[in-house]
Amino acid sequence: MGRIEERFTALKKEGRKTFVAYLTAGDPDLETTARLIPALEAAGVDIIEIGVPFSDPTADGPVIQAASQRALKRGATLAKILAMTASLRRTSGIPIVLFGYYNPILSYGPEKFAGEAAASGVDGILVVDLPPEEADELRCYTDPAGLAFITLIAPTTDPVRARKILRRATGFVYYISVTGVTGTAAPRADDVRSDVERLKRMTALPVAVGFGISTPGQAAAIAPLSDGIVVGSALVRLIGEKGTSDDLVPAATSFAGEIRRAIDAACPSQGKK
Amino acid sequence: MIRTQPDRRGHFGIFGGRYAAETLMPALLELETAYRAARRDASFKKEFSFYLHEYAGRETPLYEARRLTETLGGAKIYLKREDMNHTGSHKINNTLGQVLLARRMGKKKVIAETGAGQHGVATATAAALFGMECRIFMGEEDIRRQAHNVFRMKILGAEVTPVDAGTATLKDAMNEAMRDWVSSVRDTFYVIGTTAGPHPYPVMVRDFQSVIGREARRQILKKEGRLPDLLIACVGGGSNALGLFYPFLADPAVAMTGVEAAGKGLDTALHAASITAGRVGVLHGNKTYLLQDEHGQVRDAYAIAAGLDYPGVGPEHAWLHATGRARYVSVTDEEAVEAFVALSRQEGITPALESAHAVAWAMKTAPAMAKDKIAIINLSGRGDKDAETIAESREEKE
Repeated sequence: MGRIEERFTALKKEGRKTFVAYLTAGDPDLETTARLIPALEAAGVDIIEIGVPFSDPTADGPVIQAASQRALKRGATLAKILAMTASLRRTSGIPIVLFGYYNPILSYGPEKFAGEAAASGVDGILVVDLPPEEADELRCYTDPAGLAFITLIAPTTDPVRARKILRRATGFVYYISVTGVTGTAAPRADDVRSDVERLKRMTALPVAVGFGISTPGQAAAIAPLSDGIVVGSALVRLIGEKGTSDDLVPAATSFAGEIRRAIDAACPSQGKK
Repeated sequence: MIRTQPDRRGHFGIFGGRYAAETLMPALLELETAYRAARRDASFKKEFSFYLHEYAGRETPLYEARRLTETLGGAKIYLKREDMNHTGSHKINNTLGQVLLARRMGKKKVIAETGAGQHGVATATAAALFGMECRIFMGEEDIRRQAHNVFRMKILGAEVTPVDAGTATLKDAMNEAMRDWVSSVRDTFYVIGTTAGPHPYPVMVRDFQSVIGREARRQILKKEGRLPDLLIACVGGGSNALGLFYPFLADPAVAMTGVEAAGKGLDTALHAASITAGRVGVLHGNKTYLLQDEHGQVRDAYAIAAGLDYPGVGPEHAWLHATGRARYVSVTDEEAVEAFVALSRQEGITPALESAHAVAWAMKTAPAMAKDKIAIINLSGRGDKDAETIAESREEKE
């Protein structure tokens, strides 16, 4: 079992939900990203999704688009992000998912990427524009390297297709809670509840919900319905606002702490052994 | 062998495919099913053909350009007059097809991206014809360059949404249209304007545009009693070129040349020659040749012709290039502008700046061909929209 599954399992035993946080690597710069991740972990983040910036992020809303542009301008590349991950891994056991689009990986070389990502301590990858139909060209390298291939299920995915996708899913299932791009609309708890219940009947993997959760209140509403939640754009917006100011790390950790407390408070069995 | 492409999932060799976010996958599969059914349905074919003839004004002439032929002194040159279609370019062939399909699928709204504005106008036109809501995404830079077409779209009742991301051109407009579609996919049909995008778009757009080549084939056989030796068409995404090429693919004696925009020159960063100067990559749902940096970040394309200003190219062109079936070359802004003026003065036909790239290549290559050879240039659109750009480029020179 990899770090991702272990983390979900350990939290579940404690009756707690998993808090996944996304940030765009290299925004405002890679040194800051490297400082932010351990701080976020200390503030209660369980899994970190490291966004690999891409010039044309068609599944992302304006917040992550802008962060990607800033990161690219500051020179973030896949190679540098892997180097940052490797150095992070020397001091932290936090599960790491690389989140991005296929072209930077294709350009890097899928085989080289798989080997180096695994060696750098990456636990899983999520490639937004690589649906199961096209995924084999990357998975033939990343599966043997032991990298979890996190798959997305959308509100538009019908049950037949969901079952097909889930047969080959590893790590956890990422349920996109809104029909839209990242960070633009809030999920509706009733829809998420029924959709996640349906998914849970199809898979033994943990299900995390993301794409529209931006406030502690939303985190509290959605967390009890799933195994975990993902917060991305809200954190990225905060990082964008603070930029290189000294205030950045305290502000980001304080926000992460609020989300953590909201999740824990909303899940009644929390803390019981 | 070439005609058996693509495979079931839209791959032309290693190119094409369906590299799309999961939210869109069900819509793409639904579209594929609907398109397959429509393609087999005689009533759909009849309806499409009705609108192409009675509304768009087909068939378009295959015109022998006598003075141009004489001046160049080589191959006999024919112009396939797609500029004579309603709305002024070949784009209407595709938008009529897609909007008819959208209607058949019960969609009430259509969205589209546009570069030069020709596809935007053609989509807005088809949407008006069938009383559908229409929103067009267009880069701010293109809005500036093509103010006339923006006005036309608005007159036709379309909402034009400016896109200021990136270089604010076609690529960015397509990004934004895809984002909008992710959010509106349940009731909205995305009318892609070129033979790119995720499967089934490249195939569908090719099929709707191949009326160009089918007519040209029939017309040249009637006029000359034989097939042409060379087809020439400009390539941005590649829809007019593929429309002309496709019905000739199985005729080995017919050579075909796609002309990309070399912009300010291939040795500069300012061009749009993705086949000539790009690398294999994935953008907008398909694998193809892309202008990109060494880290896989997509570079901004540049061309004087807004409709060629795209860093990728349709996957079937990538495949035709890789297999050697078609040849891809490029001409510069300057050569295109010269051709724009030359054709206007010699034939009284002002080509779109996009199409002027094809004319420019013909002016280079025809003189070296024997007089008994026949070349067909796809004159994909009319040049009225480009008057201002030409005026600006002349001022720059003076």
